[in-house]
Amino acid sequence: METGISRGIARTQTKRILVPRPSQRRFYGYGIPGVDVNKLAGKLIVVEGADGSGRSTQIAKLVDWLEECGHGTVQVGLKRSTLVSAELEEAQQGNILSHTTLSLFYATDFADQLENIIIPALRAGFMVLADRYIYTLMARDIVRGMDEQWVKNVYSIALVPDAVFYLNVSPEELVQRNVAKSAALDYWESGMDIGLSRDIFDSFLQYQRLMAEQFQRMQTTYGFTIVDGHRSVTEIYADLQKQIELVLNKPA
Amino acid sequence: MLKTFAELNFPGRLIAVEGLDGSGKSTQIYLLKRWLELQGHKVYFSEWNSSEIVKAATSKGKKRELLSPTTFSLIHATDFADRYERHLVPLLRAGYLVLCDRYIFTAYARDTVRGCPPEWVRGVYNFAALPDLTFFFKASLEVSLNRILDGRPQLKYFEAGMDLRLSTDPYESFRIFQGRILEQYLAMSAEFKFTVIDANQSVEDQQNLVRDLLSDRIDLGKFKGNGVYPARASTPRRNKWKQELVEE
Repeated sequence: METGISRGIARTQTKRILVPRPSQRRFYGYGIPGVDVNKLAGKLIVVEGADGSGRSTQIAKLVDWLEECGHGTVQVGLKRSTLVSAELEEAQQGNILSHTTLSLFYATDFADQLENIIIPALRAGFMVLADRYIYTLMARDIVRGMDEQWVKNVYSIALVPDAVFYLNVSPEELVQRNVAKSAALDYWESGMDIGLSRDIFDSFLQYQRLMAEQFQRMQTTYGFTIVDGHRSVTEIYADLQKQIELVLNKPA
Repeated sequence: MLKTFAELNFPGRLIAVEGLDGSGKSTQIYLLKRWLELQGHKVYFSEWNSSEIVKAATSKGKKRELLSPTTFSLIHATDFADRYERHLVPLLRAGYLVLCDRYIFTAYARDTVRGCPPEWVRGVYNFAALPDLTFFFKASLEVSLNRILDGRPQLKYFEAGMDLRLSTDPYESFRIFQGRILEQYLAMSAEFKFTVIDANQSVEDQQNLVRDLLSDRIDLGKFKGNGVYPARASTPRRNKWKQELVEE
């Protein structure tokens, strides 16, 4: 016979919060001086893809899910550093920076977030969700004709993530999603600075094709998961969830 | 392997000065520039860490002590790239004598002392060609330090190398930091064919030597101009005494 007391504290079935095992972590190359990678217990999960590929939607859902599961989360993305984001934005408005300068400006922004957000968060055992990472930056540089070895050296400071998902959406579909959202195509996402075409619509299609090619090419080197971004939000989410679960449960 | 602008068939020539803060290099390059322009040559002058666009970010980073060795390195590389692509290269293609107060060797030395891997730093800067002539102003460490520290100036955090935690005393930290930078310069002197000038000599003696060496190595007759000079950033700061002598 159940007592009143036991009935009073009867609680909803709570699943035990799973403590992910630390990953074998490393930098792509030179890394950051003085950082001990073995102390970075959290997980770094990257979502890559063009504007309109559904990155932000998926990240928002993943954050809800991970927090519900009891994991601390931190989000990072491009052009969000305390150090240079405002200055970088301003410089881009005038479009006066040349390629190497712009590229190094972005690298500075990335390095600042890596050292001040990503690494401390991982050290504290958080799940870091990156809305784009070095791959977009590298693809942009390479499409603009920068030397690949140079680009790789610059970004050899980066940590190797636990998972990288590339949301692959055809340029034609990206056009539809971008115009539906903002009734315009973004200057930089159309690669207008390269001069592929004076027509922004043509330029967008050509540029996104070039970017997709770079991602396909990098896939073999960096081993990221290509996710079909044409499916419904729910289907993609279920897919990502399943794969992230594997990352969380992965033995060291 | 990096090449010089001459080896890359640029019509212009790049002359760089390197040395410790207080070595007198800025005075020497200023006098060199004045001489060249008064002789009617096409001259352009560019200073380390002076890109208009990047400056706001750099000074914010320094003031708030936000910079790590990696971001310190990258933000200076950004500054350099901006000047390199927008000013140095076009002017060298237009057949100018380009004078640089500090060049990539400053980054090699400082960033390495700060703990960045030397190969990484060299990789970051390898888009830039080598100077056609590099003067290294070699003053003894004591002379350089005394020139800077005599007036007990307010040393800024990064210029004193305080981020390296060498000492809690800024003056002591500055001494150690400058000593390490000098070691780096000396170690690369041969590799990059620095023309070493004894900076313990008088201003006039050094300038005589610099003018002679320059006329010897570069056919100045090819750089005659029409007396019109690019206005922006062309004049080095004059009479930078005491605290202002310290750069960064």
